[in-house]
Amino acid sequence: MAIFINEKTPIIVQGFTGRIGTFHAQEMIDYGTNVVGGVTPGKGGTSHLGRPVFNTVKGAVKETGAEASIVFVPPPFAADSIMEAADAGIKYCVCITDGIPTQDMIRVKRYMRRYKKEARMVLTGPNCAGTISPGKAMLGIMPGHIYAPGRVGIVGRSGTLGYEAAAQLKSLGIGVSTSVGIGGDPINGSSFKDVLEHFANDPETDAVMMIGEIGGPQEAAAGMWIKENFKKPVVAYIAGLSAPKGRRMGHAGAIVSAFGEAAAEKVDILQGCGVTIAPTPSEMGATIAKVLGKK
Amino acid sequence: MDIHEYQAKELLSKFNVPVPRGGLAYSPEQASYRASEIGGSKWVVKAQIHSGARGKAGGIKVCSSERELENAAEALLGKKLVTIQTGPAGKLVSRLYIEEATDIDREIYLSFVMDRAAERIVVVSSAAGGMDIEEISHSKPETIIKVQVDPAVGMQSFQAREVAFGLGVDPDLVTKLERVIMGCYRAFRDLDATMLEINPLVITKQKTIVALDAKMSFDENALFRRPQIAELRDKSQEDPRETYANDRGLSYVGLDGDIGCIVNGAGLAMATLDMIKLAGGEPANFLDIGGGASPERVTKSFKAVLRDKNVKAILVNVFAGINRCDWVAKGVVDAVRELEIKMPIVVRLAGTNVEEGRKIIDESGLTVISAETLADAAKKAVTAAKAA
Repeated sequence: MAIFINEKTPIIVQGFTGRIGTFHAQEMIDYGTNVVGGVTPGKGGTSHLGRPVFNTVKGAVKETGAEASIVFVPPPFAADSIMEAADAGIKYCVCITDGIPTQDMIRVKRYMRRYKKEARMVLTGPNCAGTISPGKAMLGIMPGHIYAPGRVGIVGRSGTLGYEAAAQLKSLGIGVSTSVGIGGDPINGSSFKDVLEHFANDPETDAVMMIGEIGGPQEAAAGMWIKENFKKPVVAYIAGLSAPKGRRMGHAGAIVSAFGEAAAEKVDILQGCGVTIAPTPSEMGATIAKVLGKK
Repeated sequence: MDIHEYQAKELLSKFNVPVPRGGLAYSPEQASYRASEIGGSKWVVKAQIHSGARGKAGGIKVCSSERELENAAEALLGKKLVTIQTGPAGKLVSRLYIEEATDIDREIYLSFVMDRAAERIVVVSSAAGGMDIEEISHSKPETIIKVQVDPAVGMQSFQAREVAFGLGVDPDLVTKLERVIMGCYRAFRDLDATMLEINPLVITKQKTIVALDAKMSFDENALFRRPQIAELRDKSQEDPRETYANDRGLSYVGLDGDIGCIVNGAGLAMATLDMIKLAGGEPANFLDIGGGASPERVTKSFKAVLRDKNVKAILVNVFAGINRCDWVAKGVVDAVRELEIKMPIVVRLAGTNVEEGRKIIDESGLTVISAETLADAAKKAVTAAKAA
């Protein structure tokens, strides 16, 4: 079952014909993802990678029945593209774009609330590597071959650190149900808690690897929610133990500006909520194996 | 991106936020000329650096004669001012702001921030101005007034009035204060700020309102549409290692240790620093090469890391996704040859084409140390740095 996407999900690519969109759309198709078309305003009616191109997301949804989309649109126009997807009835959207202004994301989040919760699009990202349900579908820019299909969910802010976790799991013979990148920006589509809610209802996910970092309140909020609601084991690693306060570590959102936002503080909070902490980033896989009783 | 106080005041005054009369000076002579332009008999000399808490560090001086003013300017210019926010290295004072003195009756704290939990702009105010916000929330939390702005309609006048009345100012000053708050909000919104702090916002004995200090930071992701803000960047306030790397498109943060780090991805880069610390070493920097770790970017990264003279060993950690390990390996080998690097280099590659990548490193004839896992790489780098 996995979450968000599977082998049947019809997917469109926003920013389809650009250099980056083209490259990754091809990789997704090669992985077996059901890419049914794409959107590039002004190129509607043409064909690209053997799929139809549309001028608008509404047009693409109408003709192809697309349910999910991936956004490769450059930062100045990305917020507009996300809102277009939300308005066209797309159910799940991944935004890869890095560099979207924070106030644009504030507007996107506010705009999405005009739809009732049942009809509201789920957005993950921006500034993430995307989502993969191994062996089924890939809606992202990750190297698909490092993920083995299986029953552990991954949710994290960072792309490459998520790869690290997936590779560690694979080397221990543990597979992944779905891996979701929520991105490194201060305001993102879905929080850790939002994604955990989906894993809670997925019968194919037995445990979750959560990869957080310094900055923002989302790891702590997830901890509180896990304590009250989440029945499956969770292992967490928080990057940035050695990050100085007030400095932005690469990600726009990776900055300690308030109490509770440093890595050590987040580790304390999560531990207090019953989450198992991976002591080092090279023990993410081994810690999952331990909670699953495999070692 | 941070800017100076005088720049923030200039921006805010365009949004109808009153500020004291003042002018910029690069020399003691200019400082006294500015004072004569302003007139009066009492001025404040303020060191312009990207840091708060300048007063306690001796960066703000009240002067009542031309001589005193020139002496104060002389003492500050060209000096490194160390505040609790700058770290021990301090920040260079190359500009002074000369301002008319203000008759303070009341001090108010006013700030605008991006609230990540609320996902909105939030106004934070307190009648206990002059103290910093951590202090206020610790000792006088009951004085803090918070208002959230709905992004669909923006800040409304009634919200500004709620803040003004909440602060307990004279009813005849409420309209003035409302105008100041709305002006700050518009500046924050229209310029893509991420932080705006006026501390203190002063009510004078003459019943006027002025922003005595002003601090603003801006969203770097929005600079493409705010060229007038991008121009305000002052490189003299940055760590020169960071200026060099950032100007070349690398995401770099300078640290105090001796192990240079070259990593792809911000999360993996942070994790690599953590791993070095856990192995008993100290990282010299955070560096994210970015998505396509091409051979040219690898070379650029080596150049940036090597500008830090404390570096004794370098750790390269690349998890190849879109790119391939054999590419990255070639980049490393080329960079080491081109730059004639003599110090120990530990390379850990993972992901696409990892075997080919390792082979290139091992067969290069260079004394590059290969590592298989993150833990192994950190351990080897720490050992190498200690031996160097």
